[in-house]
Amino acid sequence: MANDPIHQFQISKLIPIEIGGLDFSFTNSAAFMVATVVAAGAFLFLTTSSRGLVPSRMQSVSEMSYEFVASMLRDAAGSQGMRFFPMVFSLFMFVLVANLIGLFPYFFTVTSHLIVTFALALLVIGTVIVYGFMKHGFGFLKLFVPQGVPGILVPLVVLIEVISFLSRPISLSVRLFANMLAGHITLKVFAGFVTSLSAFGAVGVVGSILPLFMTVAITGLEVLVAFLQAYVFAVLTCMYLNDALHPGH
Amino acid sequence: MAKPPGPGETGNDRPENRAENDIRDDELERRRRQLEATLATRRQAERDGEKSTGSSGVTGYGQALKLSSEFIAGIAVGVGIGWIIDRTAGTSPWGLIVFLLLGFGAGVLNVLRSAGMVTEAGVRSADKQSDGPEKK
Repeated sequence: MANDPIHQFQISKLIPIEIGGLDFSFTNSAAFMVATVVAAGAFLFLTTSSRGLVPSRMQSVSEMSYEFVASMLRDAAGSQGMRFFPMVFSLFMFVLVANLIGLFPYFFTVTSHLIVTFALALLVIGTVIVYGFMKHGFGFLKLFVPQGVPGILVPLVVLIEVISFLSRPISLSVRLFANMLAGHITLKVFAGFVTSLSAFGAVGVVGSILPLFMTVAITGLEVLVAFLQAYVFAVLTCMYLNDALHPGH
Repeated sequence: MAKPPGPGETGNDRPENRAENDIRDDELERRRRQLEATLATRRQAERDGEKSTGSSGVTGYGQALKLSSEFIAGIAVGVGIGWIIDRTAGTSPWGLIVFLLLGFGAGVLNVLRSAGMVTEAGVRSADKQSDGPEKK
């Protein structure tokens, strides 16, 4: 078990709940989702509760995260996009905090499960579709018809554009999931080398310095990836929301 | 030291000294311009270098994951649609074949789009000024 790099992704039921034959158990994944939300919410609430005009160190961290997401959204979707700020900010904070919490040893990484990231991506795409049709009616479908395409090619191009649009939630979710999964497996494999090498006596212990060093280095890289993937997820969300706000025109 | 030093404070009251100062100023001006020119070229080179080396190391790995996921997602969706059409309409191999190819096209489009070589779906809104990396 100690050397199994996949074991960390196993879901275990903490409180088994079954309603009408369906499994609604409270799992470790759910527990860490709750922990993520609580951590992010508590951090933002506590750090901004003093409301200093001159922010304290922690307050400026939360203000920076606000500014960061706000400017990202404004750049991508214009000032109209700011109505989606709560959603984008929540998504960003959830993904970021879930990624960071997952870096602690023995902690579960929520975003390393495809279904979680896919649900988040579906939320984004669902918002884009619903809001697009609400605001533009069938004009939203212009999104799929690029301008300046010869008439014969239009059906082909529209089909390709539709497939491309439908592939967005998949690529959005797979990217986040694959990054977290690959990173954590790599980390675990290198950490496993340390224990298995040191079983070979003195030479092994000396040799295990190398994978130990790698583990430390990869941990640093993983912190970067955790932030980067949350950022990428939020940026792509902003870009897709921009399509909902201004399709084709 | 405490006083703000004027230009050429070391006795520029004498005429021969002043002429020398003028020459030195000219020399200085010339050198400064030269430095500016070299700095400009170097900064440009650095910026270009950043752009090219940006695709190595960590960001290269990220780029690879990004592009491959875009490509695979396109194909997967194409295959999925084709399979569903075959299931419902009973046109067994044809839906899969056609939509696999369309999905391939969509995957290539996704990759080109995320690499910034094709304009985004639809035309960008007016409040977004010229989209730099697109339409290379």
